[in-house]
Amino acid sequence: MVIGAIGHYVRTFLQTVSSLIWLLIDMVAEMGDHISRGRLPFRRSVFFEQGERAGLGSVPLVCMVSFFLGLTMALLTGYQLRTFGTERLVPGLITIAFWRELGPLMTGIILAARIGAAYTAELGTMTVSEEVEAIEAMGLGPLRFLVAPRLTALVVLMPALVVMSNLAALFGTYMICQISFNINGHNFIDLVLEALILKDVVLGMAKSLLFGLIIGLIACYSGLTVKGGAAGVGNATTKSVVATITTVIGVDTFLNMLQVNVLNN
Amino acid sequence: MAPASPSSSATRPATPPAGEQPLVRLEDVVLRFGPKTVLDGISFTVERGERLVVMGQSGGGKSTLLRLVMGILKPSSGRVLFAGTDVARLTRRQLNAMRARLGMVYQYSALISSFTVRDNLALPLEELTEKSAAEIDEMIRERLAAVDMSGSEDKMPSELSGGMRKRVGLARALMLEPELILYDEPSAGLDPVTSSVIDELIVDTSARTKSSAIIVTHEMDSAFRIATRMIMLYQGKVIADGSPEKFRNSDSEVVAQFVSGSTHGPIGEAAHQRK
Repeated sequence: MVIGAIGHYVRTFLQTVSSLIWLLIDMVAEMGDHISRGRLPFRRSVFFEQGERAGLGSVPLVCMVSFFLGLTMALLTGYQLRTFGTERLVPGLITIAFWRELGPLMTGIILAARIGAAYTAELGTMTVSEEVEAIEAMGLGPLRFLVAPRLTALVVLMPALVVMSNLAALFGTYMICQISFNINGHNFIDLVLEALILKDVVLGMAKSLLFGLIIGLIACYSGLTVKGGAAGVGNATTKSVVATITTVIGVDTFLNMLQVNVLNN
Repeated sequence: MAPASPSSSATRPATPPAGEQPLVRLEDVVLRFGPKTVLDGISFTVERGERLVVMGQSGGGKSTLLRLVMGILKPSSGRVLFAGTDVARLTRRQLNAMRARLGMVYQYSALISSFTVRDNLALPLEELTEKSAAEIDEMIRERLAAVDMSGSEDKMPSELSGGMRKRVGLARALMLEPELILYDEPSAGLDPVTSSVIDELIVDTSARTKSSAIIVTHEMDSAFRIATRMIMLYQGKVIADGSPEKFRNSDSEVVAQFVSGSTHGPIGEAAHQRK
């Protein structure tokens, strides 16, 4: 019985993963068809609209959360390190933590909740009201028309949001360093630059691109496969947020293990 | 393949030349969803210029039939041919080109709710043709006038009544001058007068654009007003196929019960037996 249940979950998981991959492949194929006819892969206006919503609209929340997280981390670690007289390590510690790990992760979680939920609800509502099918029936390619601009906006803007998140966290850290640990502005910048290495920046940015892709794919797929009217849209939105956040954290953990154990850094 | 270009109704013959193949042909189509057989060996044709009404009980596979013609669903066995081509064998590109030759009017209109009426109507032209903005605007004005919705270009779908949305849905279906228009329950949920207006619009559109139509409905008054031919689906099979007159005078108990709307007859009994 337990083995049967495990088998069922494994099969469902593999089916979902293969569906996500096919969604991506079909979307690229539809875009390729449109490009080969000398047209843009999707509407510029929809891309900018989604970009404004996913990117610009998320800046205040991402910055606020990262600012307070940076501030709290600096405060807590600083007081512990002061016991050993090493509070000067705080700026470097926060820099490495955010550029390498927390920036992409926090931004991913925030966007999964804010934009992933919106994508699922929006596409889900369009699915149950047959708007998606109408787009398909017109021969427009719903994946190219609906999914591609949303996914592209999210993937392209994730790195920018991660940079904003990292800067907001460092600003919070700077305030604590200035107020509580007597580290002035020049010192703070020197300590940050000393800790910041290109590899961490590149890894952080690569993670952010991957998280953008994961969030967009799961959210759009959940919306396009909604069944059962308004209640179905609600259920799909909840499941989509849970799935995107869990997947982002899971993939992040896997990448960290890979980085530490295989790449030895 | 060349971009999907709408055919011109002006050049379309009013009556098909002798020996021309039917626009739509279903050959022994079976469709199963899991263990349930929705369509069980359906065969019929739609000739050019014909308005075929498909009748049957709710949940009897009528709307599914339209989705098979559009290539959104694929039959479990059998063939669906559009202009002689097997829809299931088309590539994505060919399928999209074929869909541009069809128009679909949905039961609840399926207008894109975040677009204005103008944007909804412009969508297929902007995406699939090379027409200029001025040409598109002119076509939108023309189509809206044809469905008596002039001046509603800037309205959102949420600002329109059910009947108005249906008319805009029809105008959108007409934008690419389709050879075949598929109607899914066009009169459902409308008052009798608006329902008659929509029916007249369907007949006028078909006559004016010389297009064929498949209309799914179980509103008998509408069916008889619109149809040049009718078929009836019952338990996944076509049990009657003929002119509206033949349906009115049918010997089949199922057809007679369906046409009269009586609660007594084989339809109710079969439902009881299934329960």
